[in-house]
Amino acid sequence: MNAYAVKLALRHLFSHPAQTALLMLGVALGVAVFIFMSALIGGLATLLTLRTVGSIPHIVLEEPDHDPAVLVPSIGALVVLQKDLSRRNQISIWQPAIPIAEQTPGVTFVSPQIRGAAFVERGQAVASVGVIGVMPGKLSAIADIDAAIVEGSSDLLADGILIGSRLARDLGLRVGQIVRLTSDRGRARSLHIGGIFTLGVASADRQAVYMNFSTARALFDLPTGISRIEIKVQPAIDAPRIAARLRSATALKATAWTEDNTQLFEGLDAQARTGTIIKIFALVTIMVGITSAMSLSVVRRQSEIGIMRAMGAGKTFVVSIFVLEGTLIGLIGALVGTGVTWLALAPLPPVAQVARGGLPIDQAQGGFLVAVVLTTLAGALASIQPALRASRIDPVEVIGS
Amino acid sequence: MTAEAIVTVCGLTKSFGREETETQVLRGIDLSIRRAEMVALLGPSGSGKSTLLTILGTLMRASGGSHDMLGVDLMRASDAQRTEFRSRHLGFVFQFHHLLSDLTALENVMMPAASAAGRETRAMRARATELLNAVGLSDHLDYRPSAMSGGQRQRAAVARALINNPALVLADEPTGNLDRKSADQVMDLIQKINQTTGASFIISTHDEHIAARCSRRIGLLDGNIVAS
Repeated sequence: MNAYAVKLALRHLFSHPAQTALLMLGVALGVAVFIFMSALIGGLATLLTLRTVGSIPHIVLEEPDHDPAVLVPSIGALVVLQKDLSRRNQISIWQPAIPIAEQTPGVTFVSPQIRGAAFVERGQAVASVGVIGVMPGKLSAIADIDAAIVEGSSDLLADGILIGSRLARDLGLRVGQIVRLTSDRGRARSLHIGGIFTLGVASADRQAVYMNFSTARALFDLPTGISRIEIKVQPAIDAPRIAARLRSATALKATAWTEDNTQLFEGLDAQARTGTIIKIFALVTIMVGITSAMSLSVVRRQSEIGIMRAMGAGKTFVVSIFVLEGTLIGLIGALVGTGVTWLALAPLPPVAQVARGGLPIDQAQGGFLVAVVLTTLAGALASIQPALRASRIDPVEVIGS
Repeated sequence: MTAEAIVTVCGLTKSFGREETETQVLRGIDLSIRRAEMVALLGPSGSGKSTLLTILGTLMRASGGSHDMLGVDLMRASDAQRTEFRSRHLGFVFQFHHLLSDLTALENVMMPAASAAGRETRAMRARATELLNAVGLSDHLDYRPSAMSGGQRQRAAVARALINNPALVLADEPTGNLDRKSADQVMDLIQKINQTTGASFIISTHDEHIAARCSRRIGLLDGNIVAS
């Protein structure tokens, strides 16, 4: 880099401090908009994702559907296949899939489960529920039941169950009471209510019943197999990629949460595109501001540029002065903008703790470094045209005038 | 033409515009300048003095003829080569000082050398200080142009013209904006530098008093040399 060009660029900047400060303030504001939009759009996406996928598995592994094989292919004949619905869908050999899933990068929790439909009866009151049998220590692997307990405890004893608060209200149930639970396999058992939870998801609070893995085995007549394996990943957005990997590694059917939430995905995508457009506008505004300021600077300094050219300064040298000036405006403005925005966003709570009605701003997604790099680049690009104009100034005309 | 000649132009012409709007400013100038010569270029406004100086200073190309300096054919040289030649061998003093307002007197004097080298060096600083001492501005090294008088600025401009030890200094009405006392000071300075450094000077002027201090006078009228 030409040290003398840097010196002259700095002199240009500091010769009119008020004007330079105003210009840099404009750049800083543009950068603040850029960062704020990045943090807000990113935070909003995180919040929506958290709220949507916080209590559901990110990937579900199940036994794949087996279509009946056609033993004798008939050319020109219409073959009708009927799926065998007489057998229950279960993963018979599930143990090898657990370590494979646990060792897959991005996977945070793996929970083998026994699931089934059942009726809960208390006196004359009956409610249909979905039973989830979980292994010891895996209760909160998918939904944080431990944190959601509002009454009783989260211990899953052999004769105990955990029910949602809406189900408890519908049936008038309390902790310690006994209910009769009849599975869709026709097996019934009396169980006591060990705890009541509120997840904040209506369907779960009304229909989910958690029970001990062994108890579920007996109730749903699954002595060795399991219904499914539920998996959490980090980040949740990587679920489709990890699901594809697990599908090929385990030969099980792997369904990512995104397949059942395409509308949310499309919404987040549209939101991200909107944010990108706003950020582009912020950068274009910065570039227009720098270009006009640099053009004015060239007009104001044309006699000086002419005299430098007359004294033997090359065109490249003149271009480098003004490009450096624009780059410095971009860089310093960006540093001021990122610094002030960082300080302004620092006291805001993390997205997961945002109160209802609050702005979900995720400082980590503010793109501070990207903002500095892009704005500096924008400053350099914005000054190229004025710099080229400066280099074309004819010293003869300037000196003559 | 002699062996001492540093600049030689033969049949130099310059015209502006085309066809019916064409204006012939220089009509075949033959001229040579010897080393350490101090030449006054005289003539009324519009005679072509400034155009000739501009061409000799490689700031403009002639329309025809030849232009050689220190063995370099400047008519054939590219723009980049002419720019580099200018920074090495030519110095300029204008009617207006044209000092850079953001730089001090010392920095202004270093500017031609620093912009060619891409940086300021100790040697440049020492040379610029020496030149400013020589023009009587040793107390004004760190002054900005806005804090200096007209005569001081012009003396700083003379010092700037000498930073690269040029073979030829082109001065276009260097005292035109100065009062008599300041003009005499500047001319004393130019004469002194001419004698001590051996640099040749071509001084364009209307002022007989200035011309009388030069070793040779060249008269220009309607683009022709009428007296030499």
